[in-house]
Amino acid sequence: MTVTAPPTTTGPGTHDVADARPRFRPWRWVATAVLALVAAQILTFLVTNERFGWDVVAAHLFAPSVLAGLGTTVLLAVLAMLIGSVLGGLLAAAQLSGFGPLRWAATTYVGVFRGIPPLVQLIFWFNLAYLLPEISIGIPFGGPDLVSWNANDLITPLTAGVIGLSLVESAYLAEIIRAGVLGVDQGQREAASAMGFTPLQTFFRIVLPQAMRVIIPPSGSQFISVLKGTALVSVIAMNDLLHSVQVIYNQTYEIVPMLLVACIWYLTVVTLLTIGQRRLERRFARGHVRTAPTGGAS
Amino acid sequence: MSPVLSLRGTTKRFGDHTALDAVDLDVAEGEVVVVIGPSGSGKSTLVRCVHQLESVDGGGMYLDGELLGYSEHRGALRPLTPRGTAAQRRRVGMVFQQFNLFPHFSALRNVSEAPRRVHGRTAGEAEREATALLDRVGLGDRLHHYPRQLSGGQQQRVAIARALATRPRILLFDEPTSALDPELVEEVLGVLRGLARDGLTMVVVTHEMAFAREVADRVVFMEAGRIVETGPPAQIFGSPRSERLHSFLSRHTREVPA
Repeated sequence: MTVTAPPTTTGPGTHDVADARPRFRPWRWVATAVLALVAAQILTFLVTNERFGWDVVAAHLFAPSVLAGLGTTVLLAVLAMLIGSVLGGLLAAAQLSGFGPLRWAATTYVGVFRGIPPLVQLIFWFNLAYLLPEISIGIPFGGPDLVSWNANDLITPLTAGVIGLSLVESAYLAEIIRAGVLGVDQGQREAASAMGFTPLQTFFRIVLPQAMRVIIPPSGSQFISVLKGTALVSVIAMNDLLHSVQVIYNQTYEIVPMLLVACIWYLTVVTLLTIGQRRLERRFARGHVRTAPTGGAS
Repeated sequence: MSPVLSLRGTTKRFGDHTALDAVDLDVAEGEVVVVIGPSGSGKSTLVRCVHQLESVDGGGMYLDGELLGYSEHRGALRPLTPRGTAAQRRRVGMVFQQFNLFPHFSALRNVSEAPRRVHGRTAGEAEREATALLDRVGLGDRLHHYPRQLSGGQQQRVAIARALATRPRILLFDEPTSALDPELVEEVLGVLRGLARDGLTMVVVTHEMAFAREVADRVVFMEAGRIVETGPPAQIFGSPRSERLHSFLSRHTREVPA
């Protein structure tokens, strides 16, 4: 045995890789130094530049009008996401349908509402009264009306915002859901129908839970983008988060500090959403890890 | 006694290709029919059609005398609604080549889900029965494992338990061992032997000639969408009448010595 042999010795039996040390990676040290430098620079800038006005930020962060704006923003995002999910699910089903006209209608819908900028759609819905002075439910093509509303009363900034954002969301979510459903193996559907499940049971018990794994990550991004998209409703004079800080800085001219207030709240909500998304992902990852269940032998 | 399953002139086409060409077949109560034949001979299509995973283009299929997939309405045949088809499928069990277990359910839930959701059993009842069935296929200690945590042979045995859970009139097996590693084939065939002994009515599509010879009450040899020859295993394997069966067997028994 040559236990004391120097590590330069070659030949079988003279080495043990268990004693190896990690590889020396000089570029990682360089990268760490550069990143630390940049971070320090940004931090110094944030702290020493008085124009950020952190005292103003602190004073307005929990101002009632800002919190009300935040509430409106979250409400709008949640409503758009809920309505968008339901509509998107129906649209995805229609796009996957074997019935041509339904498929074409859904594809056209997705094309239109995904193709027009959300800002344009919001202004359009806000001005719906110009196109349809009266909105009514009744017999089509000149039949009597059963219920009717004045469009100007019905289309408030809130309804215009909810309609506009929901329609855009539904178009994006339809694509996400469709891709998720297509990703589920055909054999799953066959096995489910072999068990005697009806088409609805097959969809809700077998296909959708598996598709959720693929649907959740992009839907999470979509929720985040609709939350940020709510800032657009400030152009139709809705009191969302952005609008609430605009009202303040239009009087005080503290534009940057007030925008920072909005940034902090947007980032807070987005971070909470991201945490929620990760939890959901773990929940639907059931059965997709190879480790044995706790307490079971493998 | 009238047969459990009857096929009369069953025909299936995929475009120009005729996958099933006017097939006639009767399967009696408690009978084990093993279907053999080269790839593309229509054996898989046969069981998939019986299970209505494929629509047929001609002829009729009957389960306990009831026409499958269609009902007569004012003298004309109309396809059944999805609900009606589902009701017929509940009386037929199917085991797939690729297992097709539900990956998001545990082994226990894979087996108990259909009795609960489709047959209206209570959760407790369904789980008790599922536990017994998984015990029967030798997996009583794997109840809470997910499919991905099981070997191929174990997954296929769960799939068999799942097919049994709905108490079908007839069980169809579509090449149940073809996706398995060679050393896992035997554990699945062992379960199939047990079911045959218990008197279940089965149609098994397989390439396992030794199994066919041992377990089948009747062997069906298919080629090019037709049933070329049918008979007890001793006759099919001992004295094949057609030239095509003869050459098929000489190709296959080289791999699987008797």
